[in-house]
Amino acid sequence: MSRLEPFTELVSRVVPVPSENVDTDRIVPARFLTTTGRRGLGRALFADWRVGPDGAPNPDCPLDLEIHRGARILLAGHNFGCGSSREHAAWALVDAGFRVVVSTRLADIFRGNALRNGLLAAEVERAAYERLLERVRRDPAVELAVSLERRELRLADGDPESFEVDGFARQCMLKGVDQLGYLLEQLDEIAAWEAAHPPRVDTRSLPSTA
Amino acid sequence: MTAGPRTLFEKVWRDHVVAGGGELPSTLYVDLHLVHEVTSPQAFDLLRERGLEVRRPNQTFATMDHSTPTLPAGADGRFPILDPTARRQLDRLVENCAAFGVPLAPLGDPRRGIVHVIGPELGLTQPGMTIACGDSHSSTHGAFGAVAFGIGTTEVANVLATQTTLYRRPRTFEVRIDGRLQPHVSAKDLILAVIADIGTEGGTGHVFEYRGEAVRALDMEQRMTLCNMSIEAGARAGMVAPDDTTYEYLSRRPYAPSGRAWQEVVAGWRRLPSDDGARFDAGVSLDASRLEPMITYGTSPGMAVPVRQPVPEAGSIADAHRRETFERAVRYMGIEPGKPLLGRAIDVVFVGSCTNGRISDLREVARVLAGRKVADGVKMLIVPGSQSVKSQAEAEGLAEVFLSAGAEWRESGCSLCLAMNGDRVEPGQYAVSTTNRNFEGRQGAGARTFLASPATAAASAVHGRIADVRELEAGR
Ligand code: SF4
Repeated sequence: MSRLEPFTELVSRVVPVPSENVDTDRIVPARFLTTTGRRGLGRALFADWRVGPDGAPNPDCPLDLEIHRGARILLAGHNFGCGSSREHAAWALVDAGFRVVVSTRLADIFRGNALRNGLLAAEVERAAYERLLERVRRDPAVELAVSLERRELRLADGDPESFEVDGFARQCMLKGVDQLGYLLEQLDEIAAWEAAHPPRVDTRSLPSTA
Repeated sequence: MTAGPRTLFEKVWRDHVVAGGGELPSTLYVDLHLVHEVTSPQAFDLLRERGLEVRRPNQTFATMDHSTPTLPAGADGRFPILDPTARRQLDRLVENCAAFGVPLAPLGDPRRGIVHVIGPELGLTQPGMTIACGDSHSSTHGAFGAVAFGIGTTEVANVLATQTTLYRRPRTFEVRIDGRLQPHVSAKDLILAVIADIGTEGGTGHVFEYRGEAVRALDMEQRMTLCNMSIEAGARAGMVAPDDTTYEYLSRRPYAPSGRAWQEVVAGWRRLPSDDGARFDAGVSLDASRLEPMITYGTSPGMAVPVRQPVPEAGSIADAHRRETFERAVRYMGIEPGKPLLGRAIDVVFVGSCTNGRISDLREVARVLAGRKVADGVKMLIVPGSQSVKSQAEAEGLAEVFLSAGAEWRESGCSLCLAMNGDRVEPGQYAVSTTNRNFEGRQGAGARTFLASPATAAASAVHGRIADVRELEAGR
């Protein structure tokens, strides 16, 4: 049951977003959450950062710089993706072309959301992060090669840096399978569990009075 | 399998693992799935794409809260939903719930309200349960001794279809709070102090259990405030062991068991608290009696100080990235490092949200506002957490107090907690807010938020400036 594009290797330029604790409200402001679809959220990505209050592009935001056009790797500060559980943050990154987020730590819910959408959540040691950041700042055109198979990041001329990623999610991404398919294969066990554990509430026991 | 002493979390967790563990994530059964309009439409679509049903509609409950207007329906019975995409989203929830048989509390239903307010008040939330919801503040329900966590939309689909979710077993974290809170210091101040202490990622990968004398002394609503903001410290969930306070709150709630069934469930719940000698993977301890009213100064909930204390200075932050983040926050907020926030002029005061939109919060605000006025030039918005909180506040005369003080009193919903329902703070404005997030743009593009307790919010509304409620109340 293949629902994700398998991920093995990728080479791309890197967009650095080194602020710490970048929350999902910044990644996708709440006013974009009224959407009922998963696509098209790329325009919402960092919407209030890319453009200043006057509507002009914000020079502090690296996302729209010519040098980063088409980049597929985001190098993000510690605890990126904290806050709201909105999966829209992962959808927006994917829609904008990203396939990898590298950080020293990604917030729990965001990490899961990313991996479930084929966005590789790669966590590296602080020293490796600093080396990558320093290099990308010095040379924004530098390319980074990502191997999920080897759990490795490698700058064009540098040594490989290893990264951590959840082992199960890694297998799912390598094969392009998703979790729902995996859970559906466990329906017998789920039914057995239910047979031994009666439901704790019945949400249908009161009628709607609207 | 050894039966050594276990924590509250471990007991509930073990009770719900269907399969997996070890190298694989655990397949965890979900007793109660709460749904709202914003994080569910794409999940129902996933079910449709695969021709799947909702496995247990009778263990699923939906409400509308995030994008609903807080102004009442017009004479024609229509709700003033100005944004057509928000209206479409609400319509989709109605269609999806009808198509899949999921019970829904729509606009106009007296059960409707913020998902984390209505779960407990309807008695859907019960000790020992696993609860999932496509919203990070699901940790609120942990106040009852449930394992409750926020999930993304793809997981919402997983739970709808299988009533399970894949979850790596988190580690346990004891948040021990001894001593007693001083007057005018609330659970909100307590949790802001905890987050300031351990940092916004201090709880990553862990489930908190709040323990100690101060926690036992809190009522259920204060416990919910505490658990609600666990996610703001990076934790997966927060919990408080159930006790008589819990059972007292839950008995006779609409969906709670009654009669003999009630006796039986309570007997089971009494076995849930952590065993003596149970070990936690990590911990922190605080003395409640030393805490003061807290306020945030930055753009992350961990950037908080006691209200009379100065904001830190960049020079005191050794780590370069942390300093950069601090400087950016201070710039955004337009505040001066090294100076206290006390006395700073404000434009908006908001009371509400799943953190502080319950009846006891509103009573606290009414106590401070009684016989006083909201300062000129300040807009104060008071939004009950649910329709039931609204009618209770009206029956108790609280709404009267709010209106005569010059505050606005609205229909329930998330309102100004996040800018997606028509309520918002204008660019550059300052708001004291009883909510949980002071992120850039959270209350509107360019809006600047100070998080605080309901009492501090009310006192600040009266002064038109950030105030110390203890000072104001000493003058009574
Ligand atoms: S009140 Fe705020 S934090 Fe709570 S559910 Fe609504 S938007 Fe989320």
